[in-house]
Amino acid sequence: MATPPSGDPIISLRGVTKVYGSGPTAFQALKGIDLDIAQGDFVAVMGPSGSGKSTTMNILGCLDVPSAGEFLFKGRHVERLDRDQRALLRRRYFGFVFQGFNLLSRTTALENVELPLLYRGEDKKTRYDSGMAALDKVGLKDWWDHTPAELSGGQQQRVAIARAIVTQPDVLLADEPTGNLDSERSVEIMELLTDLNRNSGITVLMVTHEPDMAAFARTIVHFKDGVVESIEQGVKA
Amino acid sequence: MPIAWEEDQEMESRSRGNDEIRQSWSLKMLGTTVILAFRAINRHKLRSFLTTLGIIIGVAAVVTMVTLGNGATAAVRQQISSLGANVLQLRPGQGFGRGGGGPRPPDFKPADLTAIENQLTGVRAVAPMVQSSGTAIYEGSNWSTTVYGTTAAYFEVQSWKADTGRLFMPEEEEAGKPVCIIGNTVRTNLFQGNDPVGKRIRIKGVSCQVVGALATRGQGGFGDQDDVVVMPIKFVQRRFTGDRDISQIMVAVDDAYDTSTVQTSLEELMRERRKMKPGAEDNFNVFDTKQISDTLTGTTTILTQIVAAVAAISLLVGGIGIMNIMLVSVTERTREIGIRLAIGAVAREVLMQFLVEAIVLSCLGGLIGLLLALIASVAIAPLMQVPFIFDVKVNLIAFLFSAAIGVVFGYFPARRAAALNPIDALRHE
Repeated sequence: MATPPSGDPIISLRGVTKVYGSGPTAFQALKGIDLDIAQGDFVAVMGPSGSGKSTTMNILGCLDVPSAGEFLFKGRHVERLDRDQRALLRRRYFGFVFQGFNLLSRTTALENVELPLLYRGEDKKTRYDSGMAALDKVGLKDWWDHTPAELSGGQQQRVAIARAIVTQPDVLLADEPTGNLDSERSVEIMELLTDLNRNSGITVLMVTHEPDMAAFARTIVHFKDGVVESIEQGVKA
Repeated sequence: MPIAWEEDQEMESRSRGNDEIRQSWSLKMLGTTVILAFRAINRHKLRSFLTTLGIIIGVAAVVTMVTLGNGATAAVRQQISSLGANVLQLRPGQGFGRGGGGPRPPDFKPADLTAIENQLTGVRAVAPMVQSSGTAIYEGSNWSTTVYGTTAAYFEVQSWKADTGRLFMPEEEEAGKPVCIIGNTVRTNLFQGNDPVGKRIRIKGVSCQVVGALATRGQGGFGDQDDVVVMPIKFVQRRFTGDRDISQIMVAVDDAYDTSTVQTSLEELMRERRKMKPGAEDNFNVFDTKQISDTLTGTTTILTQIVAAVAAISLLVGGIGIMNIMLVSVTERTREIGIRLAIGAVAREVLMQFLVEAIVLSCLGGLIGLLLALIASVAIAPLMQVPFIFDVKVNLIAFLFSAAIGVVFGYFPARRAAALNPIDALRHE
């Protein structure tokens, strides 16, 4: 079942820079990033604060655009797309998991998971079926009618993962997904991400501070001072 | 380049039927935003209710005022028509009252009355009137009222019947005997349900016998029509006014004749009798009751409009309330907006969600307001003694107006929500 990373990169960054502000107060967060990410890879992004890893993740998630350079997603120049086009690209190809879960409060797990499908204009039955299937995948089928307040942190993150995968995205972006969880829950989440990567063929990009978590990845990219410092490949076969 | 752009696009259009990065506005999208709006409202029930409270009160106030105003107008019209259609009122001076400077125009003389009775065709009944006011006293009770001096023809002109007792006898009129017929308000205040017929009351220091009591007529354009004591005109002239002048003549036109023709003849006759030069302005006026009706309903309509305008201001304030809460809501829900944007909502969808939310809130407020107005109107109309008239047009306009308020005052907060940057919005605490 395992889908090995194919040769063609799904994501390519070429000479990507990012400058915040202008004039003497300008801050260069990225100083020319070149990075290829293969389809089906599981990449952990590491680096100290201010190293540019969050900025890179925002660009990779089509939430932000580079100041200069190229960002090719499936051969498409994302840096040339406007705001709404990037939103539609996210809707179609990306799933997001955040450190703080970012579920809608007072909203059931199922409604949270259905949300991306709603924006894709899926009908009620499709939303329900896909939503329940995604919840089943993260082991929370029986919790579908619980609101975030009624769920533990680990459960909330699993609902967030279900929301990210319900559209069967090509890429899952996880920003410190275990940052708010204890080690036991963290391992559960990592095992879930690994399973999605191996058995559903989803390319996973994950920012983390913890080497234990990064150890689940195939590739580890180290950032330092706005450049890619090193890339370890084949960490885990 | 691993996958060609065109190839990808072709694949997409085959599988999804459209290019996924070009999205046109569709009904489906509207459906989505309506679902989201209802969910958001449902999630904050109390706040949603408080948000719409301004609209609810505004719509309820406007619709209640207009409904009751229309009822009042209808009531005035109906009561004036109960004065008897085809009645001409002849008064000295021009227009209502005797306003303006110059010498006071002369009252009418008994000979004028006789002339109208004998020379004018198409007349069913003619009643002279003088008016005075005074306090009526019976045993321990006293009541300040209006005294009409007239003849039995007055009751015919007014189509007004006695509830108990009788009207004037010809000999009582002729001799100006101290008898009177009392209206229902006077009867209630002096006799408290006892039979007034045959009793003697004192009015302005003279004693007179009650021979009849009139059927009730209710509130009219001129105030309480039942607050009246009617006496033979000769008695009133002799004891109260001190001369034989007549201040008003009421002419009931025969149904077979045209009122305006009779009015013209009456005007010509009076000019002749008053020896007025050709071209001189009339020093008397003839009012068709229909004209009075139009004047009075015009007045009530204007009053209704003024009150409704004041109520409409509260509707405007309600709209500002919606904008206020929506702005707070956008700030408070910044993170939620960030999530939606990250998940792939386009700016237009976020804008529409908040706009639709505002519209749904204001429409719900409008509907609740209409319901309250209905209840209030049904409850208050009988207290005001006006009929309840449901006006579809008024309700529809008020509802559409509340919806428009949602659009106008929801747009600014919605635009602010849509303009948020997803990265900043997600970071928002």
